[in-house]
Amino acid sequence: MEQKKVTLRIDNHSITVPDGTTILEAAQEIGINIPTLCHIDLKGMCINNHPASCRICVVEVEGRRNLAPSCATKCMDGMVVHTSNLRVMNARKVVAELIFSDHPNECLTCPKSGDCELQSLAKRFNICEMPFAGGELSLRKREVTASIVRNMDKCIFCRRCETVCNDVQTVGALGAVRRGFNTTIAPAFDKNLSESECTYCGQCVAVCPVGALTERDNTNKLIDDLADPDKVVIVQTAPAVRVALGEEFGYPAGTIVTGKMVYALRELGFDYVFDTDFAADLTIMEEGAELLDRLTRYLDGDRSVCLPILTSCCPAWVNFFEHQFPDLLDIPSTARSPQQMFGSIAKSYWAEKVGIPREKIVVVSVMPCLAKKYECDRDEFKVKGNPDVDYSISTRELATLIKRANIGFRLLPDSDFDQPLGDSTGAGVIFGTTGGVMEAALRSVYEIYTGSKLNKVDFQQVRGLEGIRRATIDLNGFDLKVGIAHGLGNARHLLNDIRLGINDYHVIEIMACPGGCIGGGGQPLHHGDVDIIYARQRALYREDASKPLRKSHENPFIQSLYEEYLSKPLSQKAHALLHTHYFNKSID
Amino acid sequence: MADIKIACTVIAQVKSICDKYGNDPGELINILHETQHLLGYLPEDVQRVIARKLNIPVSKVYGVVTFYTFFTMSPKGKHPISVCLGTACYVRGSEKLLEEFKRVLGIDVGETTPDGKFSLDCLRCVGACGLAPVVMVGEKVYGRLQPESVKKIIEELE
Repeated sequence: MEQKKVTLRIDNHSITVPDGTTILEAAQEIGINIPTLCHIDLKGMCINNHPASCRICVVEVEGRRNLAPSCATKCMDGMVVHTSNLRVMNARKVVAELIFSDHPNECLTCPKSGDCELQSLAKRFNICEMPFAGGELSLRKREVTASIVRNMDKCIFCRRCETVCNDVQTVGALGAVRRGFNTTIAPAFDKNLSESECTYCGQCVAVCPVGALTERDNTNKLIDDLADPDKVVIVQTAPAVRVALGEEFGYPAGTIVTGKMVYALRELGFDYVFDTDFAADLTIMEEGAELLDRLTRYLDGDRSVCLPILTSCCPAWVNFFEHQFPDLLDIPSTARSPQQMFGSIAKSYWAEKVGIPREKIVVVSVMPCLAKKYECDRDEFKVKGNPDVDYSISTRELATLIKRANIGFRLLPDSDFDQPLGDSTGAGVIFGTTGGVMEAALRSVYEIYTGSKLNKVDFQQVRGLEGIRRATIDLNGFDLKVGIAHGLGNARHLLNDIRLGINDYHVIEIMACPGGCIGGGGQPLHHGDVDIIYARQRALYREDASKPLRKSHENPFIQSLYEEYLSKPLSQKAHALLHTHYFNKSID
Repeated sequence: MADIKIACTVIAQVKSICDKYGNDPGELINILHETQHLLGYLPEDVQRVIARKLNIPVSKVYGVVTFYTFFTMSPKGKHPISVCLGTACYVRGSEKLLEEFKRVLGIDVGETTPDGKFSLDCLRCVGACGLAPVVMVGEKVYGRLQPESVKKIIEELE
């Protein structure tokens, strides 16, 4: 049956849209950008917040007494809508002014300044003074965790964070508390995030329109370390950073800026510029070997083997199952994340190779992620209190640093990563997108399991952005069943099935953020534009395709790391340096 | 907020209330009502039990508990005192009564005395405006009270 259509007029344009379309969506189609604040809709990613609470998007609908919120009002046949007449413009301005009246006037020192949606509205509505004074409540919570900083005085109650935390991620750490003027968004019992089920995925930060939720800043610490002549400061960059950093310098989303990024990092003063992609290749060696080990034992009739095996590269995902599925702690791979593998190898193998004591080395990571900040702080990733990765900065923080150091990013030439920890294959690159770890693993597992060469390295069946995907891969007659989930809500679906014993997967990849790391909480803000995430994903596959080597086990530097140091995947040394264990963090 | 560990028997009772409502998240308010009727308040541990039974985040339960003033997280005293601040009582001086209760008991609205004997709350109209200003202690109504009588009432109850 053909979907019913409705025809209406918006600002003297006639438009026909499918029944159920909101006025906001219809207006967007004809290039009328009604301002919004609380509303966010990442189509295809299931991130949709439409409480219609801010009233910024009001429009006049002829025949209605009150102005209507365009984000929540459906188009109807014959409707006549005005999006910018005097009544609407004045009402919108007053709504914004009322929001400002309960918002600290601290733009100069706010970490969100320049990227704040409320600030942009002030500019857009030409608000040059604050007509409504007083009534401001400044007793709400401030908290600094390893990853996320909360300053709830700045909260405008758009509920975006609550929606992603509950509906998308199903973590349920944040919720509205109390009512009226005393409302705040907080974990249960007004506790700290660090005492809640928070996974530090940072998706709340990624959608917060103002400065209420921001990241823990490590740039000042980094500047100090870079200036310290006694320290050897080395950096690793995650795959998803190179396809997003350019956005901060005016490049279109999906521009690959790997070479400029490496050059800029040297300009900043890093002694060595390495690549997390190298460690991603290493992860495939260990995680792949673990999969093959579990699989062969299972096929030999050993029913004590835990299958499916779940990936463990994503620290927010690790937090999620430690909190919410403590009964399944033996299912995920014990392989550390690429960030941690890098740190561990840098402060052992590489440190010995170049003859620098561990204590003198500062390992910094540039990550699209906020949970990584927390991850490097975990005690099991420290040797006598000295962390394998000293700290992590986000893609956004790197952009800030580059600007602060007067580096003209767009004019920079390309540069290559240092060796040996900077060389990677295409398999390492695609770790940055949902489905990428799986595809990288398949490329190696196929060849190692079957002993035959893979003709086509692209596994199209695991690519895409659907929340849960499944595929069956023919390994020379054995059907390997793989599953992929991104977004913790989707992960929960798969985990519930596993708990109930109703699944037939052999291996599952899980990424906490919608889209995988390309949509991470530390990336340049998408402000609700889902095309940005799609563009980053395409860019990662382009970068992969351009690499001469595309299978992790073919990386010559990985091969020599095993020859010189680790001997083979899952060896005793590999276990000590590259694997970890998990904790029951359930709160009850 | 008193941090009191809840007895197993109480937890079993709370669980059976949840069961009675089919562990349906849509029945959260009814479940909280009945639980508060049983315990007199809704401590943290009890909210966690309810969240787990209904399979919803505890932040959601806490959100509802803090949204409605009827729900309380501190245990009520043996003698719960409620001062009416409805219009009739208010104009006849109930605010002064409230201040006197606060002074004599040494607690604020919503609090309980350390010995657990008295708790103090406000309410809006019990339908006895002819007796204004009105104070309820448990189920008993005291009418036409003056601040001077506050001390006597408390002494009698002690």
